[in-house]
Amino acid sequence: MKEVFQTPQGKILKVSGKCISLVGDDIDTDRIIPARFLKCVDFESLGDAVFEDDRKDLNGKHPFDLKFNQNAAILLVNSNFGCGSSREHAPQALMRWGIKAIIGESFAEIFYSNCVAIGIPCFTLAKKNIKSLQLSAETGNLFIEIDIKNVIATEGSTKHKLNLKESSKNMFLTGQWDATSTLLSNFELIERTMENLPYIKLNK
Amino acid sequence: MSQNTLFDKVWDLHKVADLPGGSSQIFIGLHLIHEVTSPQAFGALKDKNLKVRFPSRTIATVDHIVPTDNQSRPFKDNLAEQMIDALESNCKKHKIKFFNIGSGSQGIVHVVAPELGLTQPGMTIACGDSHTSTHGAFGSIAFGIGTSQVRDVLASQTLAMNKLKVRQIWCKNKLSDGVFAKDLVLHIINRLGVKAGVGYAYEFSGPAIDALSMEERMTICNMSIEGGARCGYVNPDKITFKYIKERQFAPKNENWIKAVTWWESLASEKDAIYDDVVSIDASKVEPTVTWGITPGQSIGVSQKIPELNELNADDQFIAGEAYEYMGLNPGQAIKNTPIDVCFIGSCTNGRISDLRVAAEIVQNHKVSPNVKAFVVPGSEKVAKAAIEEGLDKIFKEAGFQWREPGCSMCLAMNPDKLTGNQVSASSSNRNFKGRQGSPSGRTLLMSPAMVAAAAIEGKVSDVREFIKK
Repeated sequence: MKEVFQTPQGKILKVSGKCISLVGDDIDTDRIIPARFLKCVDFESLGDAVFEDDRKDLNGKHPFDLKFNQNAAILLVNSNFGCGSSREHAPQALMRWGIKAIIGESFAEIFYSNCVAIGIPCFTLAKKNIKSLQLSAETGNLFIEIDIKNVIATEGSTKHKLNLKESSKNMFLTGQWDATSTLLSNFELIERTMENLPYIKLNK
Repeated sequence: MSQNTLFDKVWDLHKVADLPGGSSQIFIGLHLIHEVTSPQAFGALKDKNLKVRFPSRTIATVDHIVPTDNQSRPFKDNLAEQMIDALESNCKKHKIKFFNIGSGSQGIVHVVAPELGLTQPGMTIACGDSHTSTHGAFGSIAFGIGTSQVRDVLASQTLAMNKLKVRQIWCKNKLSDGVFAKDLVLHIINRLGVKAGVGYAYEFSGPAIDALSMEERMTICNMSIEGGARCGYVNPDKITFKYIKERQFAPKNENWIKAVTWWESLASEKDAIYDDVVSIDASKVEPTVTWGITPGQSIGVSQKIPELNELNADDQFIAGEAYEYMGLNPGQAIKNTPIDVCFIGSCTNGRISDLRVAAEIVQNHKVSPNVKAFVVPGSEKVAKAAIEEGLDKIFKEAGFQWREPGCSMCLAMNPDKLTGNQVSASSSNRNFKGRQGSPSGRTLLMSPAMVAAAAIEGKVSDVREFIKK
């Protein structure tokens, strides 16, 4: 029987693992998880379908199929990763394949906020530094450990300074990326804000 | 930092609290849900033992998975049936208003909420769909969210968010004949790029925007996300108020007068400060067609596909990928590119005015024998209006298939799909690889009028030549 996937819980202070390089700009969420896989009422089975069409097209040569990338946990991408559809199925599929963090040149906004909401930190790094990391991941095993508090990735004796939005960093360090309970703790303020909105009364 | 823009005013009004991490907690005035991105959110509520706090602030419809040929239940596709079934039972359990098939008000969520008068200026609107930016056309702050955020809105009616910067996109002069809102927004995305909007709300303003109808403004705001902006808006004006008046959920009687006074106060002030301002000359925009695999890869219909060295260094990698995938060569004209399938519909261009424009082109012509062409109205209300005007007959006589409302081949979650490497002329919003249901299918985005012209000619054509005829 297949193991039940354990989603991240609580504070996220560190992510470590093998890196997997995926080269390309503007990789959209339709490519990460094609729409036909959205016909589901839970996220459980999405891991196997990640990049399904791109992988079929490359016939075993897609980074997610290469043997030496198996069990990788840190995805290295280029510019505007995750653009397009808001489907959370995209980061869910990546997570269920094994991705725990992403380092890229830039991320599309909804994809980024979906990643925060499910506990996948997304770091940015300048184009040339990403390229060099991608190259080392493609030519040999690249293992890194990311310290979220100091936003530093350590690879053996080399350290790379990454970038992470301050608000996202705080959410990972405190566990508040799982936002529901924090939001609900302000319930009186929510009601007060609502009562002060002109349209609430005008639409009664 | 922006000041005195509509975005600032609406944001401040909805801010519940500053959160410890540095983001803000924002109240969501209208929450729209559909069958694809909500089931897991309801599942998470159950797991966390939470309820929907303000069920009257959430409205549901079904759009993505519905078949457009035969909508009788159960659907032939068992997975699609499971999804509509889950939405029905979740809405029933949590007392959420649901506009189901046959209600007279079902349709694409971004078509339905405006036509019911649910979408109003000054609201914050969220939906688990990136094209929620559509509702910004009314001067609301509307954006797409993921399923975990759908869960949060259901549970608390709020979201944790960082405030966006505001870029004014000033569109001067007016669009020429045969050039539509779709052409303008494709042109803007091409000019600014597909990721320029990350971190920004786009304010579309200027004489070219003021002259647009509400449906045209919706087309513009709809595609903000294709330029990277999660949210786009137009300042509300008389055209906005006229559209909303007397719709089902619009404020009534003395509340209407109060609402209009409030709405008028929301527009960006003359002295508003923007984080960035860009100017676009609308009179220079041609009928525009995409040639690549991002909505930014577009050209005027009379232009040639750009050579690599004509593009910015940052755009060259994806351009190389696009030439190969599309089977198109740099330097080649886009005009006369053969088309296999023509699709008129979607939340971008599936409204009544879109169907009217396309029908006018199609009237007294026949669809080219090699083309499969179909029209999918954006909602049951759009379909009803079109039938009353006889538009369905015009399309059918020309050889188009007339279908039932839904998202259809915009994203091909229902049986409407490209096959093999077919080329579609599509009035939808995304030309991503595989987007229209075939992993090697190819999409050329254009206005509904241009799709109509392509259907008749069987190839990319300049709709201005039809208008002259």
